[in-house]
Amino acid sequence: MATRIDVTGLTAYYGKFKAVADVNLTIEPKNVTAFIGPSGCGKSTVLRTLNRMHEVLPGARVEGKVLLDGEDLYGAGTDPVNVRRTVGMVFQRPNPFPTMSIYENVIAGLKLNGVRKKALLDERVEESLRGANLWEEVKDRLGRPGAGLSGGQQQRLCIARAIAVEPQVLLMDEPCSALDPISTLAIEDLITKLKSSFTIVIVTHNMQQASRVSDATAFFSLEKTGDPGRLVEFDKTSKIFTNPTEKRTEDYVSGRFG
Amino acid sequence: MTTEPDRSADAAEQRGAATATAPPEDPPPADRPAVASAGRSRVGTADLVFKNLTRTAGLGLLALIAVIAIFLVLRATHALSANTGDFLTTEEWFPNATPPKFGVAATLYGTVVSAAVAMVIAVPVAVGIALFITVYAPRQLSSVLGYIVDLLAAVPSVVYGLWGLIVLAPHMKGIQLWLNDYFGWIPLFSGDSVGRSLFVASVVLAIMILPIVAALSREVFLQVPIAHREAALALGATRWEMIRTAVLPYGKPGVISASMLGLGRAMGETIAVALVLPASFNISAHLLSPAGNTIAANVANGWGEANDIGRGALIASGLVLFIVAMIVNIIARAIVARRREFSGSSA
Repeated sequence: MATRIDVTGLTAYYGKFKAVADVNLTIEPKNVTAFIGPSGCGKSTVLRTLNRMHEVLPGARVEGKVLLDGEDLYGAGTDPVNVRRTVGMVFQRPNPFPTMSIYENVIAGLKLNGVRKKALLDERVEESLRGANLWEEVKDRLGRPGAGLSGGQQQRLCIARAIAVEPQVLLMDEPCSALDPISTLAIEDLITKLKSSFTIVIVTHNMQQASRVSDATAFFSLEKTGDPGRLVEFDKTSKIFTNPTEKRTEDYVSGRFG
Repeated sequence: MTTEPDRSADAAEQRGAATATAPPEDPPPADRPAVASAGRSRVGTADLVFKNLTRTAGLGLLALIAVIAIFLVLRATHALSANTGDFLTTEEWFPNATPPKFGVAATLYGTVVSAAVAMVIAVPVAVGIALFITVYAPRQLSSVLGYIVDLLAAVPSVVYGLWGLIVLAPHMKGIQLWLNDYFGWIPLFSGDSVGRSLFVASVVLAIMILPIVAALSREVFLQVPIAHREAALALGATRWEMIRTAVLPYGKPGVISASMLGLGRAMGETIAVALVLPASFNISAHLLSPAGNTIAANVANGWGEANDIGRGALIASGLVLFIVAMIVNIIARAIVARRREFSGSSA
């Protein structure tokens, strides 16, 4: 299952501060869409509005529409808890639950969904860890603490935890920024593999990464500090990186800006 | 992953700029002044002075404890050798009689039971308060409440004890009768009469230890990294599920430590319990019956009129309290240590 996301007139606030204004874009199913832009341009904020994690922060709120296959995430009857079960997320710093083993980390989301059968859990753990390219490395120590793995393994464990609940969309907020180059490569390979099953949105500071893994790229920017971030250009990745329409995009991707 | 090692070399070359700059190594600390070079001698002297100062303080404390322990044991032994009853199993307390006959059984029972019931009442409430403040309350309310709880924890427990005694205890009769009527089938709540019972003492103790346990638990829950809370929420956890998945497991060792501090206070509390309980020396399974005594309350009540043997007997009971507190702490530490590698402290 994979899902199209339509964002219309999205504006996000932190208290009185308008962090990002009037974003319109369409994220295609089974594609990798990258959000790039300078720090503070609101790309992570927009990502977090896609599974209603933005509003978890005190004072944070959202205006506008986010349609997931036509259904408004911010509609009156929509429960953010259900949204987050459909739209999974991987964070900047690997955050496996330190009190849980590798096995327990993978099934954490399944347990929230009420899955209790041992055989089913076992099967999903193997499936998810294989899906996250981690199974071979940890299959003999599933009972060991998840926090004992290396940073790159922890991040793949977090990806396994996110895909274990079979979401339709996977959001990744700078998933490689805390990792070394080898682990980064492992995650990038994994993203390419996962896109056959999920709609993936990735925020990255690394433009090479965006050009390597993504099909479409959204470039966000802001005029000056204190102004809200805006979507400058959204197009096929090949176009953004070779022949962008906007001057600012060209300056940014060629390294002349920021 | 079999592909990783093959690619590692080019990958590191292509993108390894960030990892190339290693911080310069710090010089080794000058903790051995004898071999330190002349240029560093001032630092060496300061280290030496500080090291000896801390060592003296540490050893001095140990020596002080040892001296106190020896004194207590000597005084206790004197009384225990004159005792005609078995100290651990005798319920009566007649150390001033000739021949003296006394035992710690009744007061030890009262101490353990009242402290245990106080914990059963106070810890869940305290954890609830701490969770409300850290997870549920809106930001402004949460900072105000956190401040108030810290303030309450700093008030000496005897103040709560007196409040409990003067204001609360008179109203306890109705609750006790209700428990007796509806839960009398549980042996603990059975019995023919209710009054100044171990249960009332327990409630007073619970009120005393509530603020300290709540304040420490709040501190512990605040330490739960936002990343873990967000991880749970992003998996589709409700707020309660987030607490169960991320907050409580992470905070468990801290809550256990907080409870132990509360338990220590409850077992050592003297005046309030001495005022509530009728100071009878018998073991009664009926929590609500007007009976019972604790070791600490017995010391407070009995010290004034005790003779030499009597004081030795009270000191001996104090030693028992010390040993019980130690055993409880060892058990608590063992519980915390059992899953240390899962505690999150290494993450």
